[in-house]
Amino acid sequence: MRLLNASGCLDALTAPEVAQSLDAFVTKTVTPEPRGGNDPVRIAEVEGGMLNAIGLANPGIARFCSETLPRLAGLEVWVSVGGFSTADYAELCAHLEGEEIAAIELNLSCPNVDEVPENVGEVVAAARAATKKPLYAKLSPAVPDVAETARAAEAAGADGLSLVNTIRGLALDERTLEPVLARGAGGLSGPALRPIALAAVHACRGATALPIVGMGGVMTGRDALELLAAGANDVALGTVLFRDPAAPGRIRAELEAELSAHGFVNADNAVGAAHASDLQTLHQKSRLGAEKSLHTGLNVAG
Amino acid sequence: MLTRAAHSVTGSEAVGPYTLLRVERGRLDPGIPGQFFMLEAPGRLLARPMSLCLATDVELAFLIDPIGPGTRALCSLEPGDRLAVLGPLGNGFRLDVERPVLVGGGIGIAPLPYLSECLGNPPAVLGFRSSWHAEAAALLPGADVVIDPVLVTDCYLDGFDVLACGPEPMLQAVRRRSPDAQLAWEAPMACGYGACWGCAVEIDGELKRLCVEGPVLHAAA
Repeated sequence: MRLLNASGCLDALTAPEVAQSLDAFVTKTVTPEPRGGNDPVRIAEVEGGMLNAIGLANPGIARFCSETLPRLAGLEVWVSVGGFSTADYAELCAHLEGEEIAAIELNLSCPNVDEVPENVGEVVAAARAATKKPLYAKLSPAVPDVAETARAAEAAGADGLSLVNTIRGLALDERTLEPVLARGAGGLSGPALRPIALAAVHACRGATALPIVGMGGVMTGRDALELLAAGANDVALGTVLFRDPAAPGRIRAELEAELSAHGFVNADNAVGAAHASDLQTLHQKSRLGAEKSLHTGLNVAG
Repeated sequence: MLTRAAHSVTGSEAVGPYTLLRVERGRLDPGIPGQFFMLEAPGRLLARPMSLCLATDVELAFLIDPIGPGTRALCSLEPGDRLAVLGPLGNGFRLDVERPVLVGGGIGIAPLPYLSECLGNPPAVLGFRSSWHAEAAALLPGADVVIDPVLVTDCYLDGFDVLACGPEPMLQAVRRRSPDAQLAWEAPMACGYGACWGCAVEIDGELKRLCVEGPVLHAAA
């Protein structure tokens, strides 16, 4: 198991020691052109979480590659990319093909931009054609069936899944009753997102064999253990980093204690533990099924 | 190095509508005036950024306006309660000024008492919306005090090095009058160390995060 940051939740240049305390650093999403992002106010705390509407503020892929990336040397870097068309993703991946990076994460699910990519399968296929780098598809849980999206990403050539991005939420000012964020709605993260992330990871683990980076409201080692049990292979930290830059060390220590308390020899051993009873049920079903056909067979013979 | 550690509350007193929260200093570096600390708000997910108001050998004090759930939680802390503190963070005021004048508005006077001490008690002009709010001027003895509708920008003389903190309209007015002023800005921030981009503002076409490139910026910036 690797511990990463969720994209947009850490800047390795302003907090290098936090980035070094993780197994890999995931960049803030980079788009083809520079973006200033949304107007302030861009963040708001809500019960059980926070909203953000940063709006993919970033220097654009050209300046990112020439100025930012060289300063990240020494870190295992995953680059998050986001676009507004299939061609954007292909262009971004092609731009990164010659760079020394560990993986590309396709942000297919930012809740804070108006133009959303149309089809996950098409975008992943276009990115796949443009790069040989490991490709992780970051999916939104705000769809009727995230497992179906995961299967589409897998079929199109994704190497892994990042689950989940934030989902859209709204906060109103306590006095004026106007939206707190200038944009109106924003992406909900923090503990309120955790059960949603768990459900998405659980569903996708049942639907694909792809490795999964689980994220969404992880505050403690117990939360990380639950994502592993639901089927995540790696875990990413988001909002907790805002609260406490020392969270990676604390969560690792708590996870170690949780793993030994549950009798797991290591984190990988805990992956999919929540599916154990499913497997048992599946086994029972197949046995019942076999017995049923046997009976049918006898009937036919009789 | 970002070090977050728990500290005890040593006192909490009302100053007009505001609360002066005193925290044991421990190993905390008070930093440069205008820098800020992230204070853990009890029961809240995110810490709240507060500039340092007063520093002694044993205490750091923060002036807090209870305007929302986080600041209200901070104002309700009592002596002996503990809270996590991260800081000092950001860039403070440049102290190499020849003829300083401090200009503050409302809760924006928060960093000025510590700044005043570091600069040898220079002249100061403070503006408030009511006489109740103006009780906070007691933290800066000798300051000139004006109350709405009188504006601080009508009350300081030219030829001084202006160091200001206050609401955005006040800072914009100071900026127009004193293009060389140093201005301490404020924005909601989730992290205080450059991670969340919540406090980013666009200046001359460049995005700047107030937590790492501010909160004190040159007026012409």
